Amino acid sequence: MRRTLRGSLVTLTVSALLLSACGGSSDSDAAAGDEPRKPGEKVELNFWSWAPEMDKTVEVFNEAHPDIHVTVNKQDGGDPAVTKLLTAIKAGSGAPDLMQAEYQALPTMVGAGALADIKGQLGDDVQGHFAEGTWNAVTLGTDAVYAVPQDAAPLMFYYRADVLEKLKIEVPTTWDEYAAAARKINEDDPKKFLGTFSSNDAGLFAGLTQQAGASWWGIDGDAWNVAIDSEPSQKVAQYWGGLVEEGVIDNTPMYTPSWNAALNDGSQVGWVSAVWAPGVLAGNAADTEGKWKVAPIPQWNAGESVTGAWGGSATAVTSQSKNKAAAAEFAAWLNTSAEGVKALASISNVYPADTQNSAAALSEPPAFFKDQPDFYEIAAGVSGTVNSFTYGPNTNVAYSAFNDAFGKAATAKKAAAFGEALSTMQTQTLEDLKANGFNVK
Amino acid sequence: MKTAQQKPSLVGTGVLLVGAVYCLIPVVWVLMASSKTSSELFTTFTYAPGTSLFSNIADLTAYRDGLFWRWMANTGLYAGAGAALSTLVSAMAGYAMAKYRFPGRGALFNILLAGVLVPGVILAVPQYLLFAELGMTNTYWAVLLPSIISPYGIYLARIYVSASVPDEVIEAARTDGAQDWRIFRSVVLPMMVPGLVTVFLFQFVAIWNNFLLPYVMLGDDKLFPVTVGLSGLLNQGAQQPAMYSLVIPGALLSILPLLALFLLLQRFWQVDLAAGAVKS
Repeated sequence: MRRTLRGSLVTLTVSALLLSACGGSSDSDAAAGDEPRKPGEKVELNFWSWAPEMDKTVEVFNEAHPDIHVTVNKQDGGDPAVTKLLTAIKAGSGAPDLMQAEYQALPTMVGAGALADIKGQLGDDVQGHFAEGTWNAVTLGTDAVYAVPQDAAPLMFYYRADVLEKLKIEVPTTWDEYAAAARKINEDDPKKFLGTFSSNDAGLFAGLTQQAGASWWGIDGDAWNVAIDSEPSQKVAQYWGGLVEEGVIDNTPMYTPSWNAALNDGSQVGWVSAVWAPGVLAGNAADTEGKWKVAPIPQWNAGESVTGAWGGSATAVTSQSKNKAAAAEFAAWLNTSAEGVKALASISNVYPADTQNSAAALSEPPAFFKDQPDFYEIAAGVSGTVNSFTYGPNTNVAYSAFNDAFGKAATAKKAAAFGEALSTMQTQTLEDLKANGFNVK
Repeated sequence: MKTAQQKPSLVGTGVLLVGAVYCLIPVVWVLMASSKTSSELFTTFTYAPGTSLFSNIADLTAYRDGLFWRWMANTGLYAGAGAALSTLVSAMAGYAMAKYRFPGRGALFNILLAGVLVPGVILAVPQYLLFAELGMTNTYWAVLLPSIISPYGIYLARIYVSASVPDEVIEAARTDGAQDWRIFRSVVLPMMVPGLVTVFLFQFVAIWNNFLLPYVMLGDDKLFPVTVGLSGLLNQGAQQPAMYSLVIPGALLSILPLLALFLLLQRFWQVDLAAGAVKS
């Protein structure tokens, strides 16, 4: 997930305060039944979401469903909304009926008793709309269903087609080729980089290790295990550390003003990012319109086809909702019906997780990539190849450990420091799990 | 009351000038950045004006059917009503604590002093939990009610009453047969005006700039004050770039009413500072 108020003291303070106010598990009853519904009575549902224009998307639902009315409360993207929900759950009131939640936040929310198991309220056909890896993210590998996947965010490789063409570089299909291309570009013009290692974006790094086969957490019976410092993660850390040490990849964090400027003035000529990148590029690098293209992400082994994810979210029903059946009906409509998926894609501009209806919903490439008509075909091709990955109940702790440890490593520009940063992350995440009373193996 | 014509100190003037520049540079930045398109923002010289101030403001006004102006109106309501009520409560409490003898007065004053030292930020989460208990989160009241009690305001009012309302005046009014409420309303309150303007301004600015309390309390963005609304525009999630070209003009517009208020009420503020210095 992408944040823009990076390192903001306010955000940190708020999270710290709210988290300390809502530590421990909730005593709310996730299995509480619905209030009895009188015939002909209109059900009012509240939906916290940060997707753009979600209120207009929901309008389509409201018009077609006279007995249910959904009101959207727009939230700040990602973490702030989660923190707010957990506080409301702990306080016993104030939570919405429905909540847009990022996949990596689901274990935290389930652990706090914030989400209802809606398996019984969903039709049998819902699961068939999603790729296996995506569905796994909302079941956490259990028999319960905690949310309906909303948008998917498979990693792809964005590059400046004009620059690569000028230097006669083939679009890299493996990470070795990517490294060679990065060297060539930097050699031609030392100010140009094929990418940057961002010590602010743990989500991206997690996605890259996901592609290499890592899964940072795992559930073993009733115990958690942490495998951040694993062989695949080390491979990824060493690879990027090596390129940074060599100086052919930049070490400026993403989503900073200088990075924005570098995208716009053409000194950043490549970006490993997710399917939502066109919106960001359009906003931050307007001058480069028409010069970017997308390709599947480079592979570790030639001929393979796997990727990771960066972001993506699901629609969950909260444990405080008094109308769980109606809420689940809405979540299923939004994410699996032809009209819902179309509205999501065309009005709210997200890449739907639904694999059956997205092709019809996404016939046109994003405006910023109008010269690449097969944009969504490429996206559809890779979205089924996302490796499965389990997030943990303290993803936020691991991510802030990443920011600290890799921030130092990236500044030091030493490949060895990248490996050490990974073990620092492992230790801190594991210690935090133990300190919070989780059963850890 | 000038004693002698002094030459201005070069060092002093220099320090003040540096201070003025330090305070004004961010304002200039906001002014310049407000006028830039999002691509100009990261490419042109920082303190050079851009080309799109009015189109930025038009875009901001158009954002989700004028939501920004609703935030401004909300902030106006929170700050205006909150500060007015807070001033009234502070005046009454301060007067009572300064002029009435009752058991526990000393203890109450000490608790109040402790309250002055506790930053409001720390109280936001407990207040949220209390309001959740009452089912009143996500309402206008959730932000208004906690703003009404200001320990600092009560403290200031108490100090001001002790210093500027002589006991004799109150005794005279009582001799003339005035009841407590009448004394407060017709005698004490008019004498407290300069002090109360200070309390009002302090509280108004504090509520206007408050972020954490409304951020914690409110889920519906139609109730947001402008601080929380603008911060939300920067946190758009993955699909959209941050809307710098809306947020920065929004920040500029949001400080204009504060500037106007300060210019209007500045005189009273000065009177009060001088009065405090002489009487204490």
